[in-house]
Amino acid sequence: MSIIADHLSYIYSAGTAYEVKALNDVSFKIEDGEYVGLLGHTGSGKSTLVQVLDGLLKASEGTVYVDGEDIFDKDYPLKSLRSKVGIVFQYPEYQLFEADVFSDVCFGPANLGLERSEVELRAYEALKQVGLRDEAFYQSPFDLSGGEKRRVAIAGVLAMKPKVLILDEPTAGLDPAGRKWILELVARLRKENGMTIILVSHSMDDLAENAERLMVMDKGHIAMDGRPKEVFRYHKELFEMGLDIPEVVKVLYMLRENGVNVNTDAITVREAAEEIRKAIRPA
Amino acid sequence: MFGTDRTEEQKLSPKVTDEGNMLRDITLGQYYPADSVIHKLDPRVKITGTFLYIISLFLVRDIWGYAVALAFLASMIFISKVPVSYMVRGLKGILFILLFTAAFNIFFTPGEVIWSFWKIHATREGLRIAIRMVIRLIFLVMGTSIMTLTTTPNQLTDGLEKVLRPLRHIGVPVHEVAMMMSIALSFIPILIEELDKIMKAQSARGADFESKKLSVRMKSMVPVLVPLFVSAFRRAGDLANAMEARCYHGGEGRTRMKPLRYVKRDLLAYLILLIYLALVILAGILF
Repeated sequence: MSIIADHLSYIYSAGTAYEVKALNDVSFKIEDGEYVGLLGHTGSGKSTLVQVLDGLLKASEGTVYVDGEDIFDKDYPLKSLRSKVGIVFQYPEYQLFEADVFSDVCFGPANLGLERSEVELRAYEALKQVGLRDEAFYQSPFDLSGGEKRRVAIAGVLAMKPKVLILDEPTAGLDPAGRKWILELVARLRKENGMTIILVSHSMDDLAENAERLMVMDKGHIAMDGRPKEVFRYHKELFEMGLDIPEVVKVLYMLRENGVNVNTDAITVREAAEEIRKAIRPA
Repeated sequence: MFGTDRTEEQKLSPKVTDEGNMLRDITLGQYYPADSVIHKLDPRVKITGTFLYIISLFLVRDIWGYAVALAFLASMIFISKVPVSYMVRGLKGILFILLFTAAFNIFFTPGEVIWSFWKIHATREGLRIAIRMVIRLIFLVMGTSIMTLTTTPNQLTDGLEKVLRPLRHIGVPVHEVAMMMSIALSFIPILIEELDKIMKAQSARGADFESKKLSVRMKSMVPVLVPLFVSAFRRAGDLANAMEARCYHGGEGRTRMKPLRYVKRDLLAYLILLIYLALVILAGILF
C-alpha cells in the first residue's frame, strides 16, 4: 500500500496571533513494504505529518493519496482508512480505558464493524503477536507493568490489521530490553505481514539499525530523504538541525581525526566494527 | 510553571489549545499578546482599574457621563493594541442578555406609550432605560475584556492574591486559593492537549466522535474520559510529589521570584484612573 504526500501544508491556528506553519509544501512517496525512519527535532513537524497521513488532521493545502485514493476527498470513507493505516502514538499506554486488557484490544476492530467472533479472533491474535502472557488477558490494563501496557496498546492498533503502521517514538521511556523488543516486533511485522513501516524516532542508533530510508524534517519541510548511509554523511547539517548521528559513526569520525584511515560509511555497530578491523589490521 | 514567567506562559497558553482541529475552537482565557503599555501594567492596577471603571458606570446618569466613559474605554482599547474585533467577540456571549434586558425594559416600564401591539406597549421611558442599560452592559463587558485580554491568567491570579491579601486577617486562605487557581490554570492547557491526544489516538482506533446520534457520541466519550481522568490523577500525584520535594509548605514566609512591584507607569495609571473618576463625577454634577 503506497502513500503519496502531495504538496502538504498544515497551519495551526490559521488567522490568529498564534499562527504556526507546521508543514510547508511536503511531498514524497512511500512504497509498499518500505521501512521509513522519520526524524527531526522537536517542533519540526513530524507529529503533524503523521497525523495528516492518517487523516486525523486535514491538510491546509495539498493532499494524501493512500493506495491511489485521495483521503481528503469528501466522499472518501475515513473509517476505511483506519483499517489501512494504523498509528501508535507516543506513550500509547495512556489511551487504555477498558476494564480488562482483552476488551481494550477489541475496541479498534469492533469500531470497524466486524463480526464479534472476528473481533475476538483479531484481539487474541494481536495479543499473541505482542507476546503478552496469557494470565494478563483478563486483568485490568492499569494493573500491568509499563512495558506490558505498551504491548497492549500496540496490540490495540495491530488488531485493526493495518497495512501501514506508523509508530511515534515507540521506544520512549522503555528500558533497553523493552526497546529491543519493540524494534524486533516492528521488524517482524514488516517481514511476516508485509507491513509498511513509518518509524518516528529521535534515536539515530535505532534508525541506523532498522530503517532502509530516512526522511529528515526541519522547519516543516523534508530537508533530506535517502538511505541512512547517505543521510548520516551530512553530519554537519544534521547537527545544525539539532539532530545527531549514530554514536558509532561519531567514533569513526574521531578515529579519522586522530589519523586512523577508517571508512566512515559504516552506520551500524557491526559494520563499524568491521571497518575498524580493516583499518587497523588490513588483510 | 506557577510563577510569572511570561515567556513560559505564552508558550503554554492558547497555542497548545489549538493543537489539532478537534479542539480548535476552544480558546483558553483570552490573552492577546501585544506590546503595549496596558500589557505591561502591574496586574493590580488593571484589577483596581477595572473595578473602578465598573463602579463609574453605575455613577453615570446622563449622556455626558457616558461620553466620558466611552472616551476612556476607546482610548484604553486604542492603547492596548488589541484589535477591536477581539473586544466585540466578548459581546457575543452576552447577546441574549442584552436583547432580554432591552426587551424587558422597553415593554415593561410604565410611561408614555410610543408604540403598541395587542397587549404589548413600548414606552418612551422604557426605551430610554433600555438604551442606558444596554450601553452600560456593553461598556462593562468591554472594560473587563481589556483586563483579560491584556493580562495572562497567571498574572491575574498573582494580582488578585496581592489585592485580596488583607482578607487573610479574617481567615480567608488567600495564598492557598490563589495557588489552587494558578495550578488549575496551568493545568487547563496541559489537560486540553492531553484530551486532544487521547481523542486522536481513539479516533485512530476507529472511535466516532462526529456521529449525529447522541447515544453514540455519549458512548464514545468513555474511551476519552477514562484515560483523561487517569492522567489527571497521575499528574496531580506527580505535582504533589514535586512540590513536597521542594518543601512547599503553604504561603507562610514565602517569597516570590518576580515580586509585583509598582513602577512609574503604574502610578501614572492610578493617577489617570483618578482623573477619569473625577471627570465622571464632574459630568454628573455639571450637567
